[in-house]
Amino acid sequence: MMDSPRTAVSNPPVQPMETNLTAKDMIKRSASGDLPAPERQLTPVAKLIDVSKCIGCKACQSACIEWNDTNPEVGENIGVYTNPHDLSENMFTLMRFTEWVNPETDNLEWLIRKDGCMHCSDPGCLKACPSPGAIVQYSNGIVDFIHENCIGCGYCVKGCPFNIPRISKADHRAYKCTLCSDRVAMGQGPACAKACPTQAIVFGTKEDMKKHAEERIADLKSRGYANAGLYDPPGVGGTHVMYVLHHNDKPHIYADLPDNPSISAVVQTWKGATKYAGLAVMGLAAAGTILHGLFGKANRVSKHEEQEAQEAVEEAVDHADKRAEDA
Amino acid sequence: MSASPKVAAKIGGEDTIHRGPPVEVVRYGPGKRINHWVTAISLILLLISGLAMFHPSLFFLTELFGGGQNTRWIHPWIGVVLFFSFFILFAQLWKLNIPNRDDVKWASQIGDVINGHEERLPELGKYNAGQKFIFWGMASLIIVLISTGIIAWEQYFGHLTSIPTQRIALLIHSLAAVAIILIFILHVYAAIWTRGTISAMTRGTVTGGWAWRHHRKWFKDMAGRGKIDPAE
Amino acid sequence: MTNAWTDIKNTDLVVVMGGNAAEAHPCGFKWVTEAKAHRGAKLIVVDPRYTRTASVSDYYAPIRQGSDIAFLNGVMKYCIDNGKVQWEYMKAFTNASYIVKDGFGYKDGLFTGYDENKRDYDKSTWDYVMDDDGFAVTDPTLQHPRCVWNLLKEHLAPYTPELVEQVCGTPKEKFLKVAEMISECSSPTKTMTSMYALGWTQHSKGSQNIRAMAMLQLILGNIGVRGGGMNALRGHSNIQGLTDLGLMSHLLTGYLTMPTEKDVDFTTYMSTRLFKPLRPGQTSYWQNYKKFMVSFQKAMWGDAARADNDWAFNYIPKLDVPAYDILRMFELMHQGKVNGYICQGFNPVLAFPNRNKNVASLSKLKWLVTMDPLETETSRFWENHGEFNDVDTKSIQTEVIQLPTTCFAEEEGSLTNSGRWLQWHWAGGSPPGEAQHDTYIIAQIFLRMRELYRKEGGAFPDPILNMSWDYADPNEPTPEELAKEINGRALTDLMDPTDPTKVQVAAGKQVVNFSQLRDDGSTMAGCWIYSGAFNEQGNNMARRDNHDPDETGAYLGWTFAWPLNRRTLYNRASADLNGKAWDPTRKIIEWDGTKWSGYDVPDIAPNAKPQDVGPFIMNQEGVSRLFARGMMRDGPFPAHMEPFESPVENVFNRKMRGNPVARVFKTDADQLGTSDEFPYAATSYRLTEHFHYWTKHNRVNSALQPEFFVEISEELAKEKKIENGGWVRVWSKRGSVKAKALVTKRIRPLICDGKPVHIVGIPLHWGFTGSAKKGFGPNSLAAFVGDANIETPESKAFLVNIEPSTAPKDKEASV
Repeated sequence: MMDSPRTAVSNPPVQPMETNLTAKDMIKRSASGDLPAPERQLTPVAKLIDVSKCIGCKACQSACIEWNDTNPEVGENIGVYTNPHDLSENMFTLMRFTEWVNPETDNLEWLIRKDGCMHCSDPGCLKACPSPGAIVQYSNGIVDFIHENCIGCGYCVKGCPFNIPRISKADHRAYKCTLCSDRVAMGQGPACAKACPTQAIVFGTKEDMKKHAEERIADLKSRGYANAGLYDPPGVGGTHVMYVLHHNDKPHIYADLPDNPSISAVVQTWKGATKYAGLAVMGLAAAGTILHGLFGKANRVSKHEEQEAQEAVEEAVDHADKRAEDA
Repeated sequence: MSASPKVAAKIGGEDTIHRGPPVEVVRYGPGKRINHWVTAISLILLLISGLAMFHPSLFFLTELFGGGQNTRWIHPWIGVVLFFSFFILFAQLWKLNIPNRDDVKWASQIGDVINGHEERLPELGKYNAGQKFIFWGMASLIIVLISTGIIAWEQYFGHLTSIPTQRIALLIHSLAAVAIILIFILHVYAAIWTRGTISAMTRGTVTGGWAWRHHRKWFKDMAGRGKIDPAE
Repeated sequence: MTNAWTDIKNTDLVVVMGGNAAEAHPCGFKWVTEAKAHRGAKLIVVDPRYTRTASVSDYYAPIRQGSDIAFLNGVMKYCIDNGKVQWEYMKAFTNASYIVKDGFGYKDGLFTGYDENKRDYDKSTWDYVMDDDGFAVTDPTLQHPRCVWNLLKEHLAPYTPELVEQVCGTPKEKFLKVAEMISECSSPTKTMTSMYALGWTQHSKGSQNIRAMAMLQLILGNIGVRGGGMNALRGHSNIQGLTDLGLMSHLLTGYLTMPTEKDVDFTTYMSTRLFKPLRPGQTSYWQNYKKFMVSFQKAMWGDAARADNDWAFNYIPKLDVPAYDILRMFELMHQGKVNGYICQGFNPVLAFPNRNKNVASLSKLKWLVTMDPLETETSRFWENHGEFNDVDTKSIQTEVIQLPTTCFAEEEGSLTNSGRWLQWHWAGGSPPGEAQHDTYIIAQIFLRMRELYRKEGGAFPDPILNMSWDYADPNEPTPEELAKEINGRALTDLMDPTDPTKVQVAAGKQVVNFSQLRDDGSTMAGCWIYSGAFNEQGNNMARRDNHDPDETGAYLGWTFAWPLNRRTLYNRASADLNGKAWDPTRKIIEWDGTKWSGYDVPDIAPNAKPQDVGPFIMNQEGVSRLFARGMMRDGPFPAHMEPFESPVENVFNRKMRGNPVARVFKTDADQLGTSDEFPYAATSYRLTEHFHYWTKHNRVNSALQPEFFVEISEELAKEKKIENGGWVRVWSKRGSVKAKALVTKRIRPLICDGKPVHIVGIPLHWGFTGSAKKGFGPNSLAAFVGDANIETPESKAFLVNIEPSTAPKDKEASV
């Protein structure tokens, strides 16, 4: 019995599959410490986006909107093909168009990259999230937002090395691509991959996708793209959404895809040392004061001092009265 | 006996001495006390809500606000309240908190402070160096917290700055929060440890002995200027 | 398409020119990516814009819109000059060796016989030399100076790379690279496919654009082979079905032609249509014309079509002009000569050029009936939308009746795709509101009209009263009933021609395919080429067997392809003169000594010996035509002609404007602009996010491409001080639109005839109805002229001017 779908193409072989991606398949859970090892290990899955095959038709965006039942607004044209203009709680994936003149050939290349959650093995969003169970990672690699646990703080936005999550202004919860976890759990591939007419988006086990990428890279190299390669950045432990890029030596030309993404050192410090040391210092300070309060000697005012004060007041009054009389 | 025209302070006025016996000194008027408590309650709520979002083990504190979503939206608004409340207080107190030579001596003899040998310390005005440290520490950290807090306030300002900026803001915000909490602990504990202090913020008065012991210069100054209300 | 979508995976080289397959046909384009990924095929894009197809191409070359013939003729010349010709194929399967009459020639951009006043050619010299038996004279050695091959070489001589650069603006080295890549496909084991669409058809010489590529493909031996062919990408899911079923004023079904005034009776009509073979022993399939025509008449009028009344020939209208095409109909409307218009599934206010003229024309009608699932600009042409539709509603007296119809997903039936596959589909939902199937509406109109004719008589009620209407529910014929009628059936027992004692088809039974149709009135068939789609085996269009033996891409068990379930037309040409496949790895059919067989239905009689019968059985010659005789109005060879509105002069004849024989109405001629006033070359096109004017009604599509824009180069933007994302006004001699400017590196100025030519790209998906932002279409600007042969409007090349502007104003909401 299969635990993960092997393809997203139309009419996949129908095989019985036990519903998965339940709590017992979680390997990481935000703000919850280390989880016990799950009873079963699901086969890691991945979506492979072959940028060289993508024709920018936006069928993936359309399928994503339909499946997730979102409602992006009808915006304006601002002189670009990238519409809507950014990811949002209503648009989990976005074709980003870049007109790039290759300095080596002086030829124009129109780079079209499908942006969206990369499903990092080491997810920065999950690391940053303060709310227990709002972000989870399943053993097949999918990083999912559990909206009922989301508090809308936006820490995931800051934690993400790819600038993906968006907070809804309507319900104040974070949204992003789920890798169609609700479909994958039932044996179906993601909606975008199913809709892609050229199979620029393919889906399967991560291993299969890497093999498929090798074939694609060989083809691209034969067409003169010497630096073609697979984008599976090690800085975030690899990703479960990968790209085949014609120019893998410079990912940034693809609408600012990070060259070497990793969770920001600032976030690491914030969610690492600061979190633990800060709590320790505060705890020690509080405990110290309590102990001192219990066992230390309080700073008390003595009767004698009260007396001295009384005397001083009286003296001052007398002095004042005397002056008044003198006057 | 007729009252001296110099003894003009009205009953209950700040920085006046009740002749007693027993002698009582009015340290804070009702305005400042309300101001203080608004600030204090805000700070406590911020501390609780902030800690809830700071460390997972404290996330349960969100329940006090009716859940994580409420905690998330209420925290920055309380911050805004604290900011204004504190700075009204600040405007009234900053002059008295300007450090002077005595503060240096006081601070250098911190051991005597802790061991209660106040007789070895210089006579002090209304605030000692410790209180001034808390005052300036609070003031500067609140500035830091409100500015970094606004940068990180996703709902209204999330789009205004870059994500790397927001990350730095959040890191600074947490460090500043830790610092302000330490100062807060110090402040509260000092108030408890120094017996007789709390009434200054509850009833507004301290005993004559308290003022004599801890802030003799202040006491003498009031007495010297005749800020003493008439005997009954 | 000569081939099928699925066959494109077999190609070595895809040339997308005159189309933008990735954007306009993204689902079909998957077969290009298959060919690239699994065969290592290369993709060439030649287009004025760097399109999304170009973004996945191996090589891109820019070209000025409307100069394709010069480019293609240049490629042909390159191939011939460099010996890159599939010689054996060309000699055997084309009319290269045919001798052309003396007198035929080409000079100053014109062929022999031009009459400027008539704007027409006397085509009498455009023909072969015939021998005494009426057969064409040939010289298989190709030595004769008047043979087609030598005349072609002569015709192509001026099309040097330098001339191509001068005319097309394509840098010489880019042209040569493309030519070199294409020429490699002259090898019998390398094939190239041509994928084109309205980028070639919407020109005043659109037919010649396509001919030029077809000739190139013939020279390279790429017609009839796997991965080859001329592949017209249809712009609607059923536009192929539209022409197949004769929804054009000069056609009947199955490419039978409408009679003209000259066809006074059936015999006269038939006399010009029974094309007899021009070479001994050849098959000229149109010799069966009468069988198909009589069967059609029987389908239309049943028992009222009899031998003694010329099969009711007088029931069919006779054309007094070449065609009542849409341009002519709107011209007549504009002249006030049309009373009513039933506009079914069509939105001419946005689809046809010169919107102002179209709206003025509709305003002169007494009534307009629109049948559409959506609100269209045509059904709302009278409604004021501020600048978006600036009409004076009060002055329009046209009565508009909107009949809501179902959309494709709410009805059952077949759609004919580009690859001629009739694919049956089933209703996925019930019609909303008052929507009705088109068949119901048409049936209601017919039944009510027939009733009126029955009651009131009229000038000539017979064609209506006698029309065959044999449906279980006359109010709504079912798709199955119609499909069976189209397939045809025997009306009496049909006896086997080889054994007259045996009944081949019993009376009332469906014919197996058109080979059983007769010209004696014993059979009927609504559309002969579709015969076989629904025979006694059942509904073959509903078949869904996706087996593909040896993965040839044929999928013979999947639906039904016309004719006869054949997937690749002219597939006999995939084999050499001995009947062996040119490329054994790409075999379609082969001759086994007694018959043709293989992966596809042979496009030749199965027992026709390979040396005897040519592969192009629909031609009288049995071979394909590099020289088209007098069959095209604008010349037997494709010659460079400029668009009617062009930024440069025709280098062959600087006085000549447009296509010298294209029809231009007087008022439209006055509305043609010149490059002094309108210096920029505009073109129109689709974007992948939308389908015509339909999907702007869909919020999802609207979000993906929300607002009307025009695309210009960075250079033009700088020159005209236009900002990216800012508003511009674009205007031509016929209208003005306002759009957002999209400034892009994907459009570059071209140097043509020594001067820079700036291109303005205008996509076509916006109007004033729907959920997208209100906008305009390029048809507000395009010229009201059409192709000389088929009247497809010249929407792909016209002149405009452009300037920065402010946002258009909508009508203020009325209280």
